[in-house]
Amino acid sequence: MSALQKMMGWVDDRFPLTSTYKAHLSEYYAPKNFNFWYFFGSLAMLVLVIQIVTGIFLTMNYKPDAALAFMSVEYIMRDVEWGWLIRYMHSTGAAMFFVVVYLHMFRGLMYGSYRKPRELIWIFGVLIYLALMAEAFLGYLLPWGQMSYWGAQVIVNLFAAVPFIGEDLSIWIRGDYVISDATLNRFFAFHVIALPLVLLALVVVHLVALHEVGSNNPDGIEIKKHKDPVTHIPLDGIPFHPYYTVKDIVGVIVFLMVFSAIVFFAPEMGGYFLEQANFVPANPLQTPLHIAPLWYFTPFYAILRAVPPLFGSQFPGVVAMGMSIVVLFFLPWLDRSKVKSIRYRGPIYKIMLALFVVSFIGLGYLGLLPVSPVATTFARIFSVIYFLFFLLMPWYTSIDKTKPEPERVTG
Amino acid sequence: MKRLKNFLFLLAVAPVAAFAAGASIHLDKAPVNLADQDSLQRGARVFVNYCLNCHSASAMRYSRMQDIGLTEDQIKDNLMFAAEKPGEPMNVAMANTDAKAWFGAAPPDLSVISRARGADYLYTYLRSFYRDGSTVTGWNNTVFDKVGMPHVMSDLQGEMAPRFKTEGGHQVIERLELVKPGSMALAEYDAMVGDLVNYLVWMGEPAQLQRKQLGIIVLIFLSVFFVVAYYLKKEFWKHIH
Repeated sequence: MSALQKMMGWVDDRFPLTSTYKAHLSEYYAPKNFNFWYFFGSLAMLVLVIQIVTGIFLTMNYKPDAALAFMSVEYIMRDVEWGWLIRYMHSTGAAMFFVVVYLHMFRGLMYGSYRKPRELIWIFGVLIYLALMAEAFLGYLLPWGQMSYWGAQVIVNLFAAVPFIGEDLSIWIRGDYVISDATLNRFFAFHVIALPLVLLALVVVHLVALHEVGSNNPDGIEIKKHKDPVTHIPLDGIPFHPYYTVKDIVGVIVFLMVFSAIVFFAPEMGGYFLEQANFVPANPLQTPLHIAPLWYFTPFYAILRAVPPLFGSQFPGVVAMGMSIVVLFFLPWLDRSKVKSIRYRGPIYKIMLALFVVSFIGLGYLGLLPVSPVATTFARIFSVIYFLFFLLMPWYTSIDKTKPEPERVTG
Repeated sequence: MKRLKNFLFLLAVAPVAAFAAGASIHLDKAPVNLADQDSLQRGARVFVNYCLNCHSASAMRYSRMQDIGLTEDQIKDNLMFAAEKPGEPMNVAMANTDAKAWFGAAPPDLSVISRARGADYLYTYLRSFYRDGSTVTGWNNTVFDKVGMPHVMSDLQGEMAPRFKTEGGHQVIERLELVKPGSMALAEYDAMVGDLVNYLVWMGEPAQLQRKQLGIIVLIFLSVFFVVAYYLKKEFWKHIH
């Protein structure tokens, strides 16, 4: 026995190292027919690592102080060794995190990855998405530019729309009557400690649940139904390592090329990743003419604005915005189709999914614009489609004409 | 299916079409070329001579101008009037309270003004001052109505006066016309403002020259890495069907 084997034996007697490695990598059998859409899970993990590592280095030089924050970011951009790169990686990473997560969620919708027995994976995933939105929102205040400030002001004011306790609630969140140094400090604490911990814990349970039941695939069938009688390995399964590790490396490189192209050549992405107005220091006395949240929040912001106020209160809009996310949790039980994958679904689901995607993107676009009657009309149409996609799902998925699923995975 | 696709497309583009029409101030295209070091250096000189008296650029250190081809001695001798050491940031002596009293608003720090406003805005703004007796300073600007800033470069550009036209019952400014020439021809002045804006764009993010160079190297590296990874994957997967 070699020295290395001896050492591994010593560790394995005390810690399940080899068995964990086998269970999650070398003997985790994933379907062999993963396609393009299956890159985004591992890419989301990559972005999470990028965000944590760059975040640590930013924290070393950033000053969470209303008087110093804005200039400390410029200090990072100019005087900190490689500071500009670290900062652009973090700002690009935040936006790309949402790109990757949205594509990952869309994959789930297409192939029915949320269906039994993967309901908990989906629920943990939606929780990750929620935590990510909170993380992004809190982080956006830190550069202390005009959009940081007024964006936070608008969002925190949403809590003030809650009947009876709203006013007190929003003051409690801000720690002041307006967004101020106190708010900046608490947002910083949540952004660098509390939410990253929550995110990491949720990612762990998301993966543990996934590896317990096994991955879905583009055919939406269970590979565990057909196992080798001797080895009990799924016939259509291949070990994650090395097959999907080498495949994911290719995906990672392509992703990094896109990522680098943005970081090095267009870090502002025409104002969508870094907004122009955020290069003006926060000024509590001067409200910008047009306040738009960052693009990844705009679909929900558009839903908020689409709902007419009731008795002068914005509360119904806030509820609608909340419900647009809450409804995601129920997805596994709303879908009554006999099949999981879009490949074997009937035309109604395909049309509904297409309408949903158009509405979501449409809402995202409208959320960027100032309020106008035309925008509001469109936002209302899209909001209704958004909700109907979910609320009518039990009905249309059960009447939809499905095709028979194959026994074994196809190409 | 075709009709459905058309419908979806229409649904998707309709809001875009509905908002494409929107009025905005016409901005002239700024001649930005960060590869032109002479232009950046000329712009730096205009900046310290004309802007840095009232506006600070406190994120910017004088010594950083070495990145645009100036030596430390050149910076010290020609460009530093308000600082002792080249490592100091570009601050101004004027107190914010004084500035407020004189101009109605404190002159903004210009470190990242090009990123906040955009080059075209700055280029147009600095060429659009005109005489207006109704304002405190006697100057107004077609891009920034009732701006607190006077035309500090009027000795160079000269004085412009507005020519009006009637539009929908209102008098609007059609164009500006030179009524009192300055020490420069208008084309010369425009070129100088172009240099200044070029400098401001560079100063908004001094690392940008380095950033783009490094980006090319990174992308070349990733392309090579991609080929290796691609064939590695193919090799591993050759028996998987």
